[in-house]
Order: sequence, then structure tokens, then C-alpha cells
Amino acid sequence: MKGLYLMIPMAPLIGSIIAGLFGRKIGRTGAHTVTIAGVAVAFVLSLITFFKIAVFDGETFNGVVYTWMISDGISFDVGFLIDKLTALMMVVVTFVSLMVHIYTIGYMADDDGYQRFFSYIALFTFSMLMLVMANNFMQLFFGWEAVGLVSYLLIGFWFKKESAIYANMKAFIVNRVGDFGFLLGIAAVLMYFGSVDYADVFAAAPHMKDMTIQIWGDQQWSVMTVICILLFIGAMGKSAQAPLHVWLPDSMEGPTPISALIHAATMVTAGIFMVARMSPLYELSETALSFVLVIGAITAFSMGLLGVFVRSEERRVGKERRSRWGPIHYTMGASAYAAGIFHLMTHAFFKALLFLGAGSVIIAMHHDQDIRNMGGLKKYMPITYWTSLIGSLALIGFPGTAGFFSKDAIIEAVWESHLAGSTFAWICVLLGVFVTALYSFRMFFLVFHGEERMDEHTKHHLKESPKVVTIPLICLAIPSLVAGMIGVGPLLFGGFFEGAIHVDEAHNVLEHMGEEYTGVFGFLIHGTLGLPFLLAMAGIYTAWHVYMKRPDLADQIKARFRGFYDLLVRKYGFDEFNDRFFAGGSRQLAKVLFEKGDATMIDGIMVNGTAKSVGWIAGKVRNIQTGMLYHYAFAMIVGMLLLVTLFVLMG
Amino acid sequence: MIALSDCLLLGAVLFCISLAGIFINRKNIIILLMAIELMLLAVNINFVAFSHFNGDATGQLFVFFVLTVAAAEAAIGLAILILLFRNRHTINVAHLDTLKG
Repeated sequence: MKGLYLMIPMAPLIGSIIAGLFGRKIGRTGAHTVTIAGVAVAFVLSLITFFKIAVFDGETFNGVVYTWMISDGISFDVGFLIDKLTALMMVVVTFVSLMVHIYTIGYMADDDGYQRFFSYIALFTFSMLMLVMANNFMQLFFGWEAVGLVSYLLIGFWFKKESAIYANMKAFIVNRVGDFGFLLGIAAVLMYFGSVDYADVFAAAPHMKDMTIQIWGDQQWSVMTVICILLFIGAMGKSAQAPLHVWLPDSMEGPTPISALIHAATMVTAGIFMVARMSPLYELSETALSFVLVIGAITAFSMGLLGVFVRSEERRVGKERRSRWGPIHYTMGASAYAAGIFHLMTHAFFKALLFLGAGSVIIAMHHDQDIRNMGGLKKYMPITYWTSLIGSLALIGFPGTAGFFSKDAIIEAVWESHLAGSTFAWICVLLGVFVTALYSFRMFFLVFHGEERMDEHTKHHLKESPKVVTIPLICLAIPSLVAGMIGVGPLLFGGFFEGAIHVDEAHNVLEHMGEEYTGVFGFLIHGTLGLPFLLAMAGIYTAWHVYMKRPDLADQIKARFRGFYDLLVRKYGFDEFNDRFFAGGSRQLAKVLFEKGDATMIDGIMVNGTAKSVGWIAGKVRNIQTGMLYHYAFAMIVGMLLLVTLFVLMG
Repeated sequence: MIALSDCLLLGAVLFCISLAGIFINRKNIIILLMAIELMLLAVNINFVAFSHFNGDATGQLFVFFVLTVAAAEAAIGLAILILLFRNRHTINVAHLDTLKG
């Protein structure tokens, strides 16, 4: 068993190393063959694992593969914990990754960095698998950082592009802020539990419930709350939650498959996964749960609005994605972990689908990403059109699609929750539904319908993308349609995650919902009659009315709500605030430190000052050295006389 | 009768003369060497005087050492002087100031 599990992360790693180090030797075909083979092996093995553990109720595996070091009785291992949660995540990650790999053959066909790109994405798959399969905090952190590193490399993939370099620096630095919290959280776990192993920590957690910690002053903090919030700050960075979301829109500077892989399907799910994994800890702290809930809600709504106003097709898709992590987070906050993971899964499919669809359009448009130059693409690209439609419908939760089930479950779960902030979260998610529908269909209409706004040359070359692009689209469209129907029963209400996710009785909203659950069709009908569905329809209609029928309306609205519009265009001023306050502030500080501290204090006074004073003193002292023998003799005599006098006087 | 103080006075006078010889002499390095010899002799007189008046022979023993050292020093000093003259063609002390900082 161990060997099989070890193979899963290793296969992509080997592929990555071969493609990365010997890329020139094996050529383009070699590079994509070897990495796709690696990821395919990982996918097949993950699928086997999934069936063995999840479908046939196999044993949960928890074992150590390698002990890195033992320090003061605490052992730092590389180990795997494979339960149902992990198995599901592994399948989702490897599946989406495999699709992205295949798709990349088409998307990057003309790029010079072909081998490098494949090496990176395979490495990314490896990192993500290490993160997901970890059985201790140490390895989780390793995966966490490795994923961040690869994301940095990929966002800055076109490293000659100024904006890409800016974006990857930004992503890296913002993530560092989150990771700082994460690391502190792990340190706190180590301090209080004396172990980094999941099993030990979770077993000991209930005894820690009432423990308090003094951080500053006499304020008493609950240990669990502190640990959970610190860990969640890490998740905020990775999953781009307000206020650490700023890196995500810029991260679209990388090639589109990256957006699909990292920012839709995998890396940003790391935060969600982590919270679900840590459920035994989070369940012990209501404060932390409320914190998660409120942060998620704010992110969901505020970021959704932004999506409406950003022009670049791809950029827009990124924005929209962001708004979707919010809901997942607040489901976590509402203790409906299963619903969160369920949505994470369906979301991975349709969001990757949307990104790849957008990428397909970009290929056809010869890498022009401006949404204003598109339109009427439906007749040129039928496959892309239909798959994008499925993706968009799933995104807004159209009845029957995968997104519908998971999204509805989330809204219900938030409604049922009694934690502080849950009502606020509920209102935010409903507004979010409307806004999501509005902008996703705005994009959809502008790109695929309406008049053709591209120039003659582009129009002449418009054609459907090659098979390597369309097949992944179709492969992703299928689960986007059906994964919800299949998953809703067992995942949400069937106790699928028993043993993997711990939910306190008092917060168990899903169980509550389960009592009313009467099967897929009951759920379907119930959802179709609900408020969220109406809001989504209203959103679609608004998009159609404003952007298709009366394009002039958009400008009018813009003029009417000038201030609000400006605020949105400036992304609520987060970027400016960060630029001025953090970046500008640290530049100022650095300048002061440099001028006063380094140039004046260290260089001026300490280094050069020492040398200078030695020189000065020496310059004075050298005058004593006349070179005349009798002067020395005189000095000796005078000195001797003084000493003798002193000796006589002092006795 | 010669008292101890007389002997010491003689020593001190000799010492001061040699000191003056070192300080005031600005020309000849040979005079310098001689002044140093004289200084050593002044010390010797002190040794002998103390030895005599204290009835302890150790002081006189030291005189032999000092004499030996003085002889050696004179030999080496003169040798250095000759080498110096060969190289610099002068024994004027005022010109020998290469140690000047």
C-alpha cells in the first residue's frame, strides 16, 4: 500500500524533473509525454485509492514513509494520511491537472518555454499532492510553500513581461503574509501539543478546549481560537480571502492554463482543504468559525461586484473565481465542511472548465484578451460555446448542474447555522448569487453573442480550437453537469466523511438539513423554487438586458453611480492602500533606515568612523616619533623618574 | 671616612653627566656609546657602595655581570657603528632619523 501511495506524488515529480532538466534533449513531444504520463499514473492510482477507500469502505491509511528528523522527542516525518477526504481531493486534483496538461499542448503550442511550462505544472501537481496527502503539519507546510513557489514561477512564466514580474512578486509577498500566520499557527500547535502529527493533535485537542494563553497584557485568549485563526490567516493568503485577495487578479498574468490549474482547481483549494482537515480543531472554537464565516462572506460579495467591471476576458474570469471561494469558506465557518468540500469539488470542475474555455477563446483570438474585441463567436466555436455555457450555468447554480447542488447546500447550511455572523453571511451569499449570474453572463453574452467586433484579419482566421483543447473541455463539462447529482446524496448526507471530518453536535447543520432531504429530485424542486434561483435568473436577465439589448444603459448606469463605479474600478482601493501604506511605508522606512541607519550610523560612524579615528589619532601620535635617539632616551628617563617618584611616594 | 651617601652622590653625578652626554650630544654616535658606558659605570658604583656598606657580596657579583654586558654591548655597538658608517657614510645622530613617524 505504502508503495502505491508513494507512487502517486512521485510520478508527477519524476515527470517534472525529466522535463525540467532534460527538456532540450527530449524535445517538446518528449516533455509533454513524460509529464502527462506522470500525472496520468497519479490520476489512475488516485482513482484506485478512491475506489478502495471511499467506495468499498477500505481502511484509512496513516503511515510514515520517512523520518526526516527527531528533535527533542518530536519527530518530523514524511507520511501519508489517506482517508476519504484525502482520496476525494487527490482525484479532483489529479483529474483537473491531467486535463490542464493535455489542454496545455494546444495552448502553449507556439511558446518557447514549452518544456519549462510542463515541468512547472507537473511540479505543481506533486506539491499539491504532498499537501493533500500529508499526515502532519510539517509536510502540510512543505506542500503549502511548494505550491506557493510553483505559483510564483508560473505567474511569472513570461518573465520578460514587466507586469508578470510585478504580479508574481505581489502574489509571493501577499502569500508570505498569510504564511507567516500559518507558520505561527503550526508553532502554536507544536508548543501546546508537542507534536505535529495530525492524529496526536486531534486526539489531544478536546482536552485543550478551555486552555488560555496570554499574548499581551492580561488578556486571556483561548488557545484553540488563536491556533485556528492563525492557521486561517494562512488559508486567507492561499485562498485569496479579503484582505489578502489582492494577488489573485494580477496572477492572471500567467498563461491561462495556470489560472485554471492554480487559481480555480487546486492551489486556492488548499485553504479550504486545510480548514476541513483541521475540523477537529475548528470545531472547538466558535470564535474562529465566526471569523471564517465573516471573512468568507465579505470576500464573496465584494469581489463579485468587481467582476462586472473588468474588461479583459481572462481577468474577469479570475475575479469571478475569487468570489466563489468566499462561499466555500463560510460554509466551513458554518461547520458544513462536507458541503464546502462538495462545492470545492464541483467548483474545481466547472471553474477549470470556464478558464479553459476562456483560454480556448484566447487561442482563437490570437492571444487578444480584450473582451471588447470579441462577440458573436458562437458560430465559429461551437464546442467552446457549449462547454462554456455549461460552465457558466454550473457557476450560477442552474438547477440540475453540479454547481446548483453544492451551492444550494451551502446557502441552506448558512441559513441553518446559528453562529455569530451567519445572517450577515447569508445576505452576502444571496447578493453574491445575483452578482455572479450578472457578470458571468455578461461575459458570456459579450463573447459569444451580439455583433462581431473583431477586426477583419482576426475574423478571417477564427476557427474552433484543436482537439487537445476541446477534449479536456468536454471531459470537464461532463462532471460539471453530473457531479452534483451523483455527489449530493452520499457526500452531504450519507456520512461519507465520517472519521475524516469532525463536526460538533451543536453546529451540525448538515445533519439538520439531511432530515429534510428526500433525494435528488426533491432537492432539485426545492432549490428551483427558492430565492437563490430567482436571483440567479434575475442576474442573467439583467446581463442580457443591459449588455445585449440596451448597451447604452451600461454607460448611463456608469454615469449615474460615478463614485461607486470609481470605487470598483479601483478595486475598493485595496491596491492603492497596500501600495501607499505597506509598500510605500516600507520604502519610506527602508529609506530612513538606509540613510540614517546604514549610511550614517553603520557606514559613517561605525565602519568608516573607526577607520577615520584610528587615522586621526595615528596622525597625532606619529609626531611623537621623531626618530631622534635622544628623544626616546629622554622619554625613558622621564618615565623612569616618574615611576620612581611614584614608587617612593606611594611606598 | 667615606660615607654611603658620598658614594651614591658620585654615582648620581656620573649618571647625570652621562645623561647630559646623551641629550646634549647631537652629533657623534661614539660619544653616545661612551655616555651609555658611563651610565653603566655609575650604576656599578652604586652596586659596589651598597655591597660594601651592607656587607653583602651579591652586589659585587652583579658588577661583574654589568661589566660583561657593557663589554659585549660596546663590542656590538661598535660593530653596528662601523656597519652604519659603511652604509650611510655618517655617524651624525641628527641624520639617523629613519624611525621618524
